[in-house]
Amino acid sequence: MQIFHRSTNTVAKVSIFGSVFFLAFFAWVFSTLLRSSYATGQGVVLKQPVPFSHDHHVAGLGIDCRYCHTSVETSGFAGIPPTETCMNCHRQIWTNADLLEPVRSSYANDEPIQWTRVHDLPDFVYFNHAIHVAKGIGCVTCHGQVDRMPIMFQQASLQMEWCLECHRDPSRYVRPREEVFNLNWQPPVDKAEAQAMRARLVQEYGIRSMTSCSVCHR
Amino acid sequence: MTRKRASEFLMHSVMASVNDGKGKCGAEACRCQETGEPLDISEVRARLQEKKGPEFWRSLEELAATPQFEEMMHREFPRYASEWPEGVSRRGFLQLAGASLALAGLAGCTTQPEEKIVPYVRQPEQIVPGKPLYFATALTLNGYALGVLAESHMGRPTKIEGNPDHPASLGATDVFSQAAVLTLYDPQRSQSIIKAGRISTWSGFVSEAGAVLRAAQALGGEGVRILTGTTTSPTLAAQIQGFLTAFPRARWHRWEPAGHHHGHAAAMRAFGRPVETRYDFSKAAVILALDSDVLTCGPASVRYSADFAANRRVRADRPEMNRLYCVESSPTNASTVADHRLQLPPAEVEAFTLALAQALGVGGGGATPVLNDPKAQTWVQTIAQDLRQHAGRSLVVGDEHLSPACQVLIHAVNQALGNIGTTVLYSEPVQANPVPDLASLSELVRDMSAGRVDLLLMLDGVNPVYTAPADLGFAGALQKVGLRVHHGLYEDETSALCHWHIPAAHELETWSDARSFDGTVSIIQPLIEPLYQGKSAHEMMAALGNRPDATGYELVREHWQTLMVGDFEGAWRRALHDGFVPNTQLPPIALGVNGGAAQQAAGEVLAMVRRARSQPDAVTLCFRPDPTIWDGRFASNTWLQELPKPLTKLTWDNALLVGPATAERLGVGHEEPVEVSWKGRKLRAAVWVLPGQAANTATLTLGYGRTLAGEFASERGFNAYALRTSDALWTAPGVEVRGLGGRYLFAATQNHHVMESGAEEIPLASREAQTRQVVRVGTLEEYRKNPDFLQDHREEPEPDMNMYPNWEYAGHKWGMAIDLNVCTGCSSCVIACQAENNIPVVGKEQVLAGREMHWLRVDRYFYGDMDEPAIHNQPVPCMHCETAPCEVVCPVAATVHSDEGLNDMVYNRCVGTRYCSNNCPYKVRRFNFLRYSDRENPVMRMLYNPDVTVRMRGVMEKCTYCVQRIEQAKIESKVENHRIPPNKLQTACQQACPTRAIVFGDMNGPDWHVTQWKADPLNYGLLEELNTRPRTTYLAKLRNPNPLLEPAEERTEHGHS
Repeated sequence: MQIFHRSTNTVAKVSIFGSVFFLAFFAWVFSTLLRSSYATGQGVVLKQPVPFSHDHHVAGLGIDCRYCHTSVETSGFAGIPPTETCMNCHRQIWTNADLLEPVRSSYANDEPIQWTRVHDLPDFVYFNHAIHVAKGIGCVTCHGQVDRMPIMFQQASLQMEWCLECHRDPSRYVRPREEVFNLNWQPPVDKAEAQAMRARLVQEYGIRSMTSCSVCHR
Repeated sequence: MTRKRASEFLMHSVMASVNDGKGKCGAEACRCQETGEPLDISEVRARLQEKKGPEFWRSLEELAATPQFEEMMHREFPRYASEWPEGVSRRGFLQLAGASLALAGLAGCTTQPEEKIVPYVRQPEQIVPGKPLYFATALTLNGYALGVLAESHMGRPTKIEGNPDHPASLGATDVFSQAAVLTLYDPQRSQSIIKAGRISTWSGFVSEAGAVLRAAQALGGEGVRILTGTTTSPTLAAQIQGFLTAFPRARWHRWEPAGHHHGHAAAMRAFGRPVETRYDFSKAAVILALDSDVLTCGPASVRYSADFAANRRVRADRPEMNRLYCVESSPTNASTVADHRLQLPPAEVEAFTLALAQALGVGGGGATPVLNDPKAQTWVQTIAQDLRQHAGRSLVVGDEHLSPACQVLIHAVNQALGNIGTTVLYSEPVQANPVPDLASLSELVRDMSAGRVDLLLMLDGVNPVYTAPADLGFAGALQKVGLRVHHGLYEDETSALCHWHIPAAHELETWSDARSFDGTVSIIQPLIEPLYQGKSAHEMMAALGNRPDATGYELVREHWQTLMVGDFEGAWRRALHDGFVPNTQLPPIALGVNGGAAQQAAGEVLAMVRRARSQPDAVTLCFRPDPTIWDGRFASNTWLQELPKPLTKLTWDNALLVGPATAERLGVGHEEPVEVSWKGRKLRAAVWVLPGQAANTATLTLGYGRTLAGEFASERGFNAYALRTSDALWTAPGVEVRGLGGRYLFAATQNHHVMESGAEEIPLASREAQTRQVVRVGTLEEYRKNPDFLQDHREEPEPDMNMYPNWEYAGHKWGMAIDLNVCTGCSSCVIACQAENNIPVVGKEQVLAGREMHWLRVDRYFYGDMDEPAIHNQPVPCMHCETAPCEVVCPVAATVHSDEGLNDMVYNRCVGTRYCSNNCPYKVRRFNFLRYSDRENPVMRMLYNPDVTVRMRGVMEKCTYCVQRIEQAKIESKVENHRIPPNKLQTACQQACPTRAIVFGDMNGPDWHVTQWKADPLNYGLLEELNTRPRTTYLAKLRNPNPLLEPAEERTEHGHS
């Protein structure tokens, strides 16, 4: 007695053959999702208590990164400015702007402003700003053209493969220390010249590829 | 994080179900163990006669080679450690396993939660976010200060380090100070002012106490009493004296349960006045410790350990070491580094002291020899000779537990040896109110019973209802006091009987001051605002003096303003910065033992000894402060509760310690519940058979069996205070011990993580057995003859015995060396590691299952005879093997080698297969079977070191060589563009070690100590024959035995090469 219909043969063949495609498709979807801005937060603008514009303060007014992010050269954490830093200027200019009300009330009531973290690494990752700055990695390399961001967002994916891209071969991203905070610095146009400069900096700053796990995970 | 949790869980369930299929249900088996028969000592002895046990052994179970022990040795974790505690059916497992597989994908759909950054409004000047600050302050034990540096992360103290400039610390710490941060954040601390069981207010207390005081004022303060522990605080002393001036008939009483009771009495008899005795171990070449744990117990133990170790370290250019004799009733940490150890019952220790005194011409010569034991007689003669040969450079120390008369003899002996002024220094008392504690407390109880006390103020956490001698009846008398006020960190047995309880501020929350063993004053400064509105003792006293709003800061400053002449602000800031006030050390004073005092003491000791000998079979019970929870004040501190006690390796319990022979004679088994009776008082306890305990001597540590000590400490262990009476503060002769049958479940770690050295298989007589031992011991004599004596027998595999080419370390090459010669087993390193690396506690039940999480363990080995063994310590962190067996078996590459030689553990990759720990011959890997870390409690979260990941359930962890410190040091030096200066990088264990037994550093740097140590001929690797090439190596232990007591031939015969 025939239990299965004749067409079962075809169905079986197609589904076995098809499953390869299905799995491949599934894997593609998975890896795409994993790298999507939904998962990484890349390019997503978050709501902030004050719509602080890096565009205006950096590009417009020419304030140096370190005026606010004071500990970027000495500590792992770059530092978020205390309200007092804002008030240094804003007790004199834009003193009545509605936008700045949260800043004024923070200062008046001694209650900190709660910013939403834009660059948020997982808790098992220990990133250190000071060493990157000291080794000639520019702000713009990771944070993007902050001076063109009216509201701050995360430029890079911040995924481990993105970190490793540089950690495996840092020479591609190194720049002179004095240009670290220059958001518009460009390497020499001449390829050979750029190459020579990077080789010199790698030598001078003692830059090595750092790919051991404990460099970032502790 | 969440993404992998499901797969973790799956793996866990599968592993568990595999085991499930193999054996019976875990829970069931555990119950069997619980009701099992206690280990019978006679049986062990009988089995030992049949075959000889290993030379170094950890426990009686190992000696007897019980099947349970064998299994423990061959497995990574004790049986059932890998199973769920609850009985989960096979079907349940499969359902969960299926569900977790199906839902694994869903876990990937979460994104990171949004986080906030909260900057300051006005940033304090010194704070750099992301960088810790260090503040010099002090922590006290029994009132005596230990200078420390407290690490503060954005206002949260997270770690205590020793203050290198402070004379009591020299940069190291003891276990108590390491654990202080946990007490600070302990959620069980009392959090509000309590009046008769209800929350009340500070002003309520002030007005009520004020009313009583006003009433008493007319009578000059009659009926007002203050009770404190030992205090050395100049400010508090001045405040109380000021109060006593205003209320001249008020009284200041004192009770310190583990204080200087006998020491004080001895000083009064020897010198006619209270005197502080301190030692200078740096000048002592020959030391005799009489029942004394001087290296780990007491206010100066950290300093003494450092000085002792400095003279014990043998190096090629200095092949010399001091000699330590220990004569003791119960094994101490000092005896683990002793050259000779003699165990005698307490009375015989005193007899020994007397005989020694007589041999040195002190206390008059007796007609008949005091000692009848020929061995002890030989000892006395030999030691007397050795001490005399080193007159002025010798030292005899006796502990507080010896009778006052015996301690008078010791003073006289040191005087006769010319040690006063060199190794023994006397000074004015460091304590603010040097009165005999017992008399002071008895007087208080008498007056309370007579209803003469209207206001009793108990300051700074004194807990007399629990700690007072049982015969005084403190609790009953307390009820007759008009107004009872208790001030302490915890609500306890005493506060339960008081009208008022005022929460105390922790030492890390308050301003105060204290003196250290040599008198040096430290200003105690707060690291954080009081978490629970606690008040300091200074604020309490100020409130009684009509200044209820005075802050500790004002009060301490005011006091020092009168003392620091000239530029006060400068001197004050200097003192705060340095951690001590300069030139406050108490100068040594020249003192002689009163004429006739020694003679009289000798007579007394002799009478006592005769009395004891008239009952040769009587068991003497010794009370000792607990090595981890002291007198009970640290009972709530779970780090200390779970720290294996140095000699017994017990956690979460104390036990009645008896020797094997005594247990046999009494007919009680190991872990058997017993009833101990002393003068009509009874206590139920359980026996722990401790090899090395003197015959007919039982030891019970204080601090356990509390009734109101919070969730973790109440009803745990056995209350020694129930038997401790005022005539037997340290030793109770003639107690009765009666076995009750059954078995008490002790959570001891001595059989956990046993290493298989292969030495077990090799005949003992052969030389090879020595080289494979995990602990290697030689003598100074051997070393002098041939410094390479150990190297001649090393089985180090060839360097190219590897399938891969050897890695060249261009940059750093980290390594560690541990000097077994100076390790006293004090375990500061273990707690330091715990604090630094966010290591959770797991609780007694989990320790029983072998799941303790300490990254660093201190193994304690016995050597030789079961009744009178030698004792050795060996700290075992991760070896960071060059060819690490764990790395090759990890299926997800979660443990890998770094390019600087570290064996990295990557938590976020780990899926919890536990293959690595299964393959680790050193058994140093720890698995988070459950979620042990507290991530919810907001206060406990403040404790965590922000530089170390808090691990979740289902991941493996282990010693990282404090990789966060390495990376920090590397980054700092690279930012400043130089290499890490030699020896400027320390691991947490290294930094805490009082004897500097641990060094860590860059083996590529010739100036690092570690490089020098590794080149030492005593250097060897643990289980190096396995070709793991451990990066942590050990310097073999050397002994300096007196040839008269231990002829060289005898040593070789016993294989103690």
